[in-house]
Amino acid sequence: MTATNKGKKLLEVSGLTMDFGGLRAVDTVSLDIFEGEIVALIGPNGAGKTTFFNCVTGIYEPTAGDVRIHPPGGKTRRINGMKPNRITTFGLARTFQNIRLFPAMTVLENVMIGRHCRTGTTILEAILGSRRSTREEKETVDKSYQLLKRVGLADVADEFARNLAYGAQRRLEIARAMATDPFLLLLDEPAAGMNPQETQELDELIVRIRKEENLAILLIEHDMKLVMSISDRIYVMEYGKEIAQGTPREIKENPRVIEAYLGEEAHA
Amino acid sequence: MFLTLPLMVVRVNTVSKEVEWRWSNLIWVGLCAFAIAWFWQFSIERRASRRSQVVADTHVVEEKRSLAQRLADDPVLSRRVLRVAAAVAVVFPWLVSTDQNFYHVNVMVSALIFVVLGLGLNITVGLAGLLDLGYIAFFAVGAYTYALLSKNFDLGFWTCLPLGGLVGMLFGVVLGFPILRLRGDYLAIVTLGFASITKIVLENWDTLFGGAAGIANIPRPDLFGMALNGRQKSVYTYYIVLALVGLTILVTNRLKNSRIGRAWMALREDEIASVAMGVDMARTKLSAYALGAFWAGLVGVVFAAHNNFINPDSFTFMDSAMILAMVVLGGMGSILGVIIASLALKLLPEYLRAFAEYRMVVFGAVMVLMMIFRPQGLINNMRRKYEYDTVEGGHDDDSNK
Repeated sequence: MTATNKGKKLLEVSGLTMDFGGLRAVDTVSLDIFEGEIVALIGPNGAGKTTFFNCVTGIYEPTAGDVRIHPPGGKTRRINGMKPNRITTFGLARTFQNIRLFPAMTVLENVMIGRHCRTGTTILEAILGSRRSTREEKETVDKSYQLLKRVGLADVADEFARNLAYGAQRRLEIARAMATDPFLLLLDEPAAGMNPQETQELDELIVRIRKEENLAILLIEHDMKLVMSISDRIYVMEYGKEIAQGTPREIKENPRVIEAYLGEEAHA
Repeated sequence: MFLTLPLMVVRVNTVSKEVEWRWSNLIWVGLCAFAIAWFWQFSIERRASRRSQVVADTHVVEEKRSLAQRLADDPVLSRRVLRVAAAVAVVFPWLVSTDQNFYHVNVMVSALIFVVLGLGLNITVGLAGLLDLGYIAFFAVGAYTYALLSKNFDLGFWTCLPLGGLVGMLFGVVLGFPILRLRGDYLAIVTLGFASITKIVLENWDTLFGGAAGIANIPRPDLFGMALNGRQKSVYTYYIVLALVGLTILVTNRLKNSRIGRAWMALREDEIASVAMGVDMARTKLSAYALGAFWAGLVGVVFAAHNNFINPDSFTFMDSAMILAMVVLGGMGSILGVIIASLALKLLPEYLRAFAEYRMVVFGAVMVLMMIFRPQGLINNMRRKYEYDTVEGGHDDDSNK
């Protein structure tokens, strides 16, 4: 694994805590992501990884802690408590663990929704068919189609999203997220339910996206082979707490992590 | 059959206090029951066989399409059909009316008013997926706006037409704000309540709205102060509504294929996902709600002008349900489907007055059958094909960087 060139910090989460009633789902977790990095967040089921994602992307408002973004060329912002759509506009895009596409819309339209926050045609302009609306519409279609091509879905662009195979739906979600022009992509279990070959393709896709788009990527994943091969750094959570962080090699040898995954006895 | 026995066969003549037995009716009931059961069984079997066929074909997920669907999907043919329909619509009033008898024109005006209503609700329910059970309230708002403005301030039809729309929209926004965080059933209940409140206020505020008696002598649309006879007035109104229908189709179509319309549909499909993709939920929902209300307000003005008279009885829950039925029957989000369904639901009862007693029975049966055999409506919301350069793609890819 190449050493991470620690560039500019993009995302800075400090002491993030999320309570649901009496249950502390995420307990003072801190996490940083630097430019061009692929960071993985792993942990047993129910460790609070998805809740962490939801806090960062604004679906939940964290009980305590700070989420700060430093967009390249933009100004630093504290984003906790903001609406999800604003956070997306700032440049954070995500996919979902249980695929959330728009099933009755075409594949292309799904990606076009991602362009929504980067276009500004108003209702009146759309009704009158103004120059801006025509131009933006064309740009949206072209850009979306290019993205579909990049994830290998161009030939099913006019198909309904619900008719796609499972792996293709996952890739469509990534394309849709990328359509929002993010600087940080958050992928929630992108390889869940994929067969080894699809996982391999996904591996290549993620690495390619990072290279071509100069994105940073944070992903939650259970497939250890994928995680170990593509991540620069790994964070490990258990019962809402962060128990370890480091390079894939460090994590592999960390006794705390082995214990969390295999239990006390295996460790002893 | 057992249940229909007392209804169809036994009749008590209350004058002579005798019981009439109409056994011949029993045969009819039996025949009808048989026919329905047979059709039922046939349809189910046909559907099952189709399904097994699809399974046998494995990969091809080509959805079965009806005749109307195929027609709608064929661009050349459907354009031709639409042109003919438009031409017929334009010459229609001259074909069917004479100076004495212009009943058909009047019927058509009412039907077209409901077409606009259906298309308006189609924005809220069909495209944005906000279930609105009180849509008729906005219609009432528009109608009363015109009635009151013309009565108290002597404003003309053409001034009031946009005003009615705007007031309807205003009500839509005011009602929309508090209820936007509600979903599905909860939203439906609140809108239902809003419609009831509107009706009760109209019925009981005698001094302003004229109470249950309503408001009479509402002026008809004026044409540069020319004196028109009854038939000409109807024909004139017909063209006004026809123009409104055209406008509604144009606007809905433009919006549907724009950034706004896609955001509506995305919200309908999955709220969380669309918000995560940067769609502003509050603003998008509010715009759909307000725009739907706008059309109802607009056409409410025409309704008041056409009837000369309005009272709260024209704005019952039944009407809301009827408009909703038009949208659902026609196919959520499909413009053509909604138009066909609106015309059918409004015109059939009008021309089948002879069967008025059975109207609701037939209506209910049709609804049940539709939901079982064609739940997506008469015509699917068309899958839009976008144009993009498949060949050039590779070069674009490079030039992007």
